[in-house]
Parts: sequence; structure tokens; C-alpha cells
Amino acid sequence: MSADLAPAAAPTPLHRALGLTDQELAEIERRLGRDPNDLELAMFSVMWSEHCSYKSSRPLLRTLPTGGPDVIAGPGENAGVMRIGDGWAVAFKIESHNHPSAVEPYQGAATGVGGILRDIFAMGARPIAVLDALRFGDPADARTRHLVNGVVRGVGGYGNCVGVPTVGGELVFDPSYQGNPLVNVMAIGLVREDAIVRAAAPGPGNLVILYGSATGRDGIGGASVLASATFGAQDPSKRPAVQVGDPFAEKLLIEATLEILAAGLAEGLQDLGAAGITCGVAETADRGGTGIRVDLDAIPRREPGMAPFEVLISESQERMVVIARPERLPEIAAICDRWGIQSAVIGRVTEDGDIAVVEGGLTSDGAPNHGARELARIPARALSSEAIVFDRLAAPPPRRRKAPAPGSPETAADILPEGGTDPGAVLLGLLGSPNLASRAWVAEQYDRHVGTNTVGGAGHGAAVLGVKGTRRALVATTDGNEAVSALDPYLGAALSVAEAARNVSVTGARPLGVTNCLNFGDPTRPESFWQLREAVRGLGDACRALGLPVTGGNVSLYNEAPASAIAPTPEIGIVGLLDDIALLVGPAFAADGDVVLLAGPAGPGLGGSAYAALAGLSAEDDLPGLDLIAEAAVQAFVRHAIAMRRVTAAQDVSGGGLAVALAEMSIWGGRGGLFRVPVPSAPAVALFGESPSRIVLTVRPPDLAAVRELAGRHGVPLAELGIVGGPRLVVEMFGEGATGAAEGRGAGIADALEVTLVDLRHAWDHGLTRALGEDA
Amino acid sequence: MSVRVGVVVFPGSNCDKDTAWALERAGAEPVELWHESADLQDVAAIVLPGGFAYGDYLRAGAIARFSPVMRAVAGYAANAGLVLGICNGFQVLAEAGLLPGALLRNRSLRFVCRDVAIRAGPTDTPFSHLVPDGRVLRMPVAHGEGCYYADAATLDALERDGRVLFTYVDDAGQPAGILDRANPNGSVRAIAGVINAAGNVAGLMPHPERAADVLLGSDDGMLVLRSLVESAGARAGTIPSGAAG
Repeated sequence: MSADLAPAAAPTPLHRALGLTDQELAEIERRLGRDPNDLELAMFSVMWSEHCSYKSSRPLLRTLPTGGPDVIAGPGENAGVMRIGDGWAVAFKIESHNHPSAVEPYQGAATGVGGILRDIFAMGARPIAVLDALRFGDPADARTRHLVNGVVRGVGGYGNCVGVPTVGGELVFDPSYQGNPLVNVMAIGLVREDAIVRAAAPGPGNLVILYGSATGRDGIGGASVLASATFGAQDPSKRPAVQVGDPFAEKLLIEATLEILAAGLAEGLQDLGAAGITCGVAETADRGGTGIRVDLDAIPRREPGMAPFEVLISESQERMVVIARPERLPEIAAICDRWGIQSAVIGRVTEDGDIAVVEGGLTSDGAPNHGARELARIPARALSSEAIVFDRLAAPPPRRRKAPAPGSPETAADILPEGGTDPGAVLLGLLGSPNLASRAWVAEQYDRHVGTNTVGGAGHGAAVLGVKGTRRALVATTDGNEAVSALDPYLGAALSVAEAARNVSVTGARPLGVTNCLNFGDPTRPESFWQLREAVRGLGDACRALGLPVTGGNVSLYNEAPASAIAPTPEIGIVGLLDDIALLVGPAFAADGDVVLLAGPAGPGLGGSAYAALAGLSAEDDLPGLDLIAEAAVQAFVRHAIAMRRVTAAQDVSGGGLAVALAEMSIWGGRGGLFRVPVPSAPAVALFGESPSRIVLTVRPPDLAAVRELAGRHGVPLAELGIVGGPRLVVEMFGEGATGAAEGRGAGIADALEVTLVDLRHAWDHGLTRALGEDA
Repeated sequence: MSVRVGVVVFPGSNCDKDTAWALERAGAEPVELWHESADLQDVAAIVLPGGFAYGDYLRAGAIARFSPVMRAVAGYAANAGLVLGICNGFQVLAEAGLLPGALLRNRSLRFVCRDVAIRAGPTDTPFSHLVPDGRVLRMPVAHGEGCYYADAATLDALERDGRVLFTYVDDAGQPAGILDRANPNGSVRAIAGVINAAGNVAGLMPHPERAADVLLGSDDGMLVLRSLVESAGARAGTIPSGAAG
């Protein structure tokens, strides 16, 4: 059939080409009381994108606990801010840059770092740390390796140059991310309580000053094109939508911004990210209860010939908007000059509540010049707080039990001693697996010391940052549990919160608050929206139980590739506070002869565990349970014991279970130990099960009685596992489930796991580089 | 009265505050020397800190040497003033011709941030006189272009004249080969730092200011910084400042 016989396609209406539905167009017309012109439609299309409007997730996010005595700024501001004492506050937030990183990994990741840093210093805080939570598909795949390399270089290339240390994060491989990697970046900043600035545009007559880089055609429609639609296979046509990062410009922007704030010159401050100038003016005006008249001609551009819509929605990086009184302009311009960046007055705050775009210039009073044309006029709130919201349909997926692969074990316990497999070999396999092995290959590509706040060189467990001039330290971590979330998103989200909080508590620090990045699929699919709804419910329940406010975050939907959607991934960032850095406890075995204890309840369940993945089990019905009361108790206990100076090392039991926790503490401490572990059901569960709410801690023998008594007071079960020391990790198993019992040799006969430290270290050191083909 | 030590601040310097903080711990009064000014403010020594001076998109330190402050620093060095370059500061000094050799991209072609072990060559210099002979110091490196390179004649001269200030060493305390993990960037002859012929200008890739407190993992860097501050104190008032052209 020849082409000309095909029916002519009707031209696509503009709103659909911009990604707006017919229903959304009708809502726009209702809010304006008229038809929008093309420019207004373009502005709506970016502001009503999922990325900017949270139109699918907003009703869910309202259910989260956000208040607390230490919360200074919560969701809705550029970043959450919490009080930490001595007049200091911490600003923190996590955000995704998934789709840009899939298209162009270096720039996607780099600008992800740049964007989240701007959110932090837009609050007036000096950024002091970055954590990156990365998720990819098969590490043996060439494209995955390309993405890993590009993303790691991009995070480092930006953070290293801008001078903010990258101190922690995650690197996870799971087949569900094959077509759609996740790049979540968390940033942390410090600010004096009295120096916090709001992202609002108060005071009609005030100037709107744009400073930083010029506006170009890069990143046109990034929010709507990339972040808010499902991916095609490989789509180079989307590359112009990826922004390009300039970390040197960001460094100048940070210093200039902090100088402007220190001099008290700003009434309001906003970074320009998704949806560019349109978002910057709409959100600040909306929060300020004002309007803004934008002087289109005054916006500095990188190239001639840009259409008005390109200027207004460009996502060119390293730009900020400051709202200031007119008499402050010379001082602001002088600071920008000193740092070698341009600044321009691009508008005026008005009383009318509208975002108006004027071509032809403004007078010195901020009124349109004679003969100037108004190209657009939209109520600020219609673009921002009153953007469209959808009640999406949610439906749980049908239970889809995967048939076990031929020859794979039927039950979880089958591959351990019962099946003739040496548990020591399983432990080495787990330690050397790409998800549990040492992250040094990544960490060494990041400057993690700049700022001289990073405590300890090693980078094991949560990141610790001293607060200069005080005795305090901040402790930060990111955690996500995609494996459990894929099976039960409620439990997965709650477990992620519990684990992140536990990672903070084992250092002795008190978790302060939560930031979250919700990475999910297409919300218009009922199954996908159900996953999101369940995860938010789990997130809220866990935060309430642990007394943690959610201070902000980001929602990333449409994480789908042609083959499949990602495993739902609620990523949790937590910042904690240690009042006295001298109390800090690390995860490494500290001294021979220390007594090793396991605090918390033992639980069954191998579903979603690293062991299950290694063994090829699909143990869908075998998920561990989470008792949030027990979780809160074990964390309170360990913090209390640390505050009493009774603890010499502590580490939570998570990926790879108890055996991996003990192995890591041995590797990092350079000393092994001799342990006896009760096996009530199966050795695999006792050694490698990942049931939550458990912490391994070590104490000096004379402190044992006091610690036991303390555990009793907190209602926390406490088991004595053994003693630190020796060149080997030896774990003897006893009890009903031990093989000796199974084989009729009697429950008293122990089966042992025995591995040398040298072998543990080797497996752990080389696992990741081997998986990525980087082993020299 | 404490010794005034200048810290040069380029717009892309990012270790300037850390360096000032560590110098203060070493007993100095740090003084900011802004890149656009040739006024060296009568300081008794100058430190060029780490960072990315002007973004370093071209080549580390390639543009910085043309700045007003560097013209002043060159004059200061020519008049026997003490100058120490750390990381990017070392790169800038090499680019400016105030130190021999060049800092190439790491052999791995990756940025590297790692704790290294270094041993001082001469311990009778203004930058190392407090370092005990033979003592191995631990401090971090963090750079993409730290592979020291010079021609064989220059290297021979550096070694002969005792101007290899620091050497990367392995677990056995021996200079680490170019492919050894203990040599983080593949520097020739394991060179981590050098000193000029006159003995008053030095540069090193490791960051002594990041090893200024045991909480950070090591305080070995204080031996270097305290050496500098003490030397500066001994010379204070005797060095003509800002005699630049």
C-alpha cells in the first residue's frame, strides 16, 4: 500500500503536542475564563506537568505527617529545614534525575546534583554534603556499564568541582531498572536559624532579579518531556531536553547567593529548575500572595532568535531569582560582579496576583513601556497551588507467582547445609555480590572530604558530618528497598524508613526527619497508582510510629521502559543529630574480647532478601514482618546505650542478614570473632534472613550486665552471640533448625560457618569491580 | 601575635575555607588574598588551596597563572617568600613555572579520592622540618589531574638535590610504582610533592588541611602546616611583600 493511500492524519492540536489532555485544556479554560493563547498554553504545560504540579500524588502526600517542634520549613519550600541547636538548622532534600540520566548519564546526573544543591542554598543554607542513591539494571550489560560510568562521573564531576563532598548513598542493581535507571540525589546544608529565607515574592513594587547563567535553548520542556512521560526505547530526539551542567557557574552562584543573604539584601529567593522562569515567578508570587510582571526583553540569553516560550520554559542551569527592594539593586549587582556572574532585573512584584509577560520593556517604575505588548496573563495560583489534581484509579495487581526456574530450589532453606552448600561459601557469594560488595570504586571517584566536616575516612555505614564550632554532628543516610516494595509497596516503604532510621540510630544519633523520593511507574495505570498509594501509606505509618516528620521530597512517575516498569522505589533520606560527637559509635569491631550482642526480635522470612536473589527464590509469600513498636524500641535502646558510653560498635542487620552484618564489622575492624547463633527454623533464615528491627552491638565485658538491664527496660530482646577476636569469622549454629538436628545428630551439635578475614575482605573488595568489568 | 598567612582565593577555590581553618589550628592568622588583587597584605607566607581555580575546564591551573594575584605571588616567590600549593594550588604553581614538572591526568583517567601514605624526602625544609625523619604521614588526596611528570633530567636533579618533598609509599614504606594502588595517580618516581631550587616554594597533591584533626581520620597534615607557620613566624617582618611586577 502506498503512503498516499493512507488517510491523512489530522494535525495534532497544540495542547496535545505539549502533553496536555483535553480535560486539562478544559480546566485551563475554566481557570482563565477564556481560551489560552499559545504562550500561555506552553506555560501551563510545564507547570501542570507531573513533575511540577504533583497532580497525581498531591492528594496522597497530604496524608503524611509533616509537623514537629523542630521543623522550621516543611514540604512546599525548596527544602525542609529543621532546628539542631546552638542557633543552627539543617536543610535537606532528595530529588530524582532519572530520565535525563537515562538519556545522557553524565549531564543528567551532574545537573541532578546541581539542581538539588540549588534547592539547599535557595533556603540560605551552605551545602555541606551530597548523597547519591543510584539504581541500574544488570551490571554485566554493556549499556548498564555505560550508564554507571556516566552517572558516577557526572555526580563526581559536578560535586567535586563545586566543592560539596559526596559522602554516601546507594548503588543497587536490579533487572527492573534495565531500561530506566534511577538517579536520586540528596543534599544537606547548614544555615543559621535567623538566616533562613523563603521562596516567596512579597511586597508589590519589589524587583525580580535573575542572576547566574544566561538563558538558552537547553532543557526546553525537560519537566514535561522527560520527567512526565513514559520512555521510548532509545530516544536521541529527547537529548535537547537534557540540561547541561556548569559546576563552576554553580560555585559562583552559591558564593554570590550566600553573600546576598548575609548582607540582608533578599526579600525572597528561588532557584530555577524545572519549568525555568515560569515556575520561578509563579511559585514565588503564589507563596507571596502577589503577582509578577515579567520583562521578557530583559532576560539575558545565550543565543538570538529565541521564541518567548523558549525563554520562559528553558531549564538552563545555574540560575537564581532574588526578590529585593529597588534600593538594594546596586549592592546585589556589585556582589554578582565580584563573582563574575550576570544579573538583570527581569520583572516587578505586583498586587494583581497574575503572572504577566510583557514584550517591549518596563519603565523604571515597573509599568509596561508605552507600546509594550502583554503576551500572557495567568493567575499565579492557577499555575502553582491551584494546578489540576487528579484522583487516579488504584487497583492491586493480581498475584503473579513466578514459576520457579527448572532445577531451582523449592524452598528458601534448601540451598543451605541441608542442600549440601557450605554456608561460608554462601556468605562469600553474598559479600561479593554487586549489591553488597564494597562501594569503594564509586566512593573514590567522589571528593568526600572537601569542607573538612566528614568524620572518619572510611565511609562505612551512615555518613557523619561535624558541625564546626559546636560539639554536634549530623548523621545522614539514604535507603530504599525495591525488592520488598515490588512485592508489597506498603511494607517496602515502611521498611525503608525503618532501616534508614536504624542506620542513623546505630551511630548514637537521633533521627530528625525524613525526605523522600518516590520513584514509580505511570500513575494512569491503576496497578502503578496502587503501588504509589500503598507506599505513601507505609511511609506515613512508619514515620508516625518513629516520630519522624516528612519535610519534603520529590515524586518521579512514569519510570517505565518499553519492557516493563521499575520496581516501585520509595527512597528515604534521613538526617539525624548527635549532640556530642565524642559519643559517636562506628560499625567496625573495635577491640578483641568485646562481647557481641544481637538486639531485637528474630523473625522469619526470606522474601525480598539478597539471599533469595542469590538463590533464585521467588519467595513472594515469605516476606519478613515489621513491628513498628519493636523497631522504635530497639532504636531507642541502642541510642540510650550509646549515650551511656556502653557501646563500642554497632551495625544494623539489613542486606545479607546477620552473617553479612558480622562479616562487615569484622572486615572493617580487621578482626574476626567466634559466634553461636540460634537456629529456630532454618540456617538460611538465621544467617541470611533480613527481618528488620535488629542491631548487632559490641560491649566491653564489664558493661554487659548494665546493657542487659537497659535492654530489659526498653523491652528489647537481647541475645549474646559471641566474642570479638581472631583472624576468622566463625559462626556455630545450634537449635531445632540446625542441620545437626535435621540429620538426627541432635540439636546440640553445631554446624559451623567458618571463613578467614582474608577471604571475606577479598570477596567484599572485588565484588563490584568484577561485576562491572573494572577489576584491574 | 599570630603569624599572618595568606590564602589565595580564586572564584573556583573550594578548599580555601578548610585551609584557613587548618592554618588557624596551626597557630596562624589566615588572610584572604582575592584573585583580582595584587595586594599581598604583608603576609608572612602564602598558601594556594585546592579547588578548580577558574573552573579548570581547559586544564587545571592553566588560566589561574594569568591572574593579578599570581603575578604578585611570582614576585613574592622571587623575593624568597614562602609559598605552598596544595592540590590545585600545586597545579597552579607548576603551570606558572614556579615549580618544575607538570600534573597530568591520573593514569586511571578517573578522579581519585583516597587516603594515601606519604614520606617526606628532606625534613630540613620550611614545609617539613617538624616531620620526624622517616615518618609515614597519612592524608587524603582528591584530584583528577595529579600524575606528576617531568623529564628524566629534571627528575634526577630533583632527587639529587633533595627536592622531592613527599613520596607516595606502599605498606612496606617503599616508593610506590606507577601502577601500584598506593600511588593514587601514577606519578613518576612516586612523587607527591616537590620544592623549588631556592627552597621557598613547594607543592603537594595530598591535602594536609584535610588531615588536621583525628576526627577527620588523621592529624598528620598538621605537621606540614605547623612547619609552614613556624617557618613563616621565624621570617615574619623580614620578607618584603607584594614586590610584584
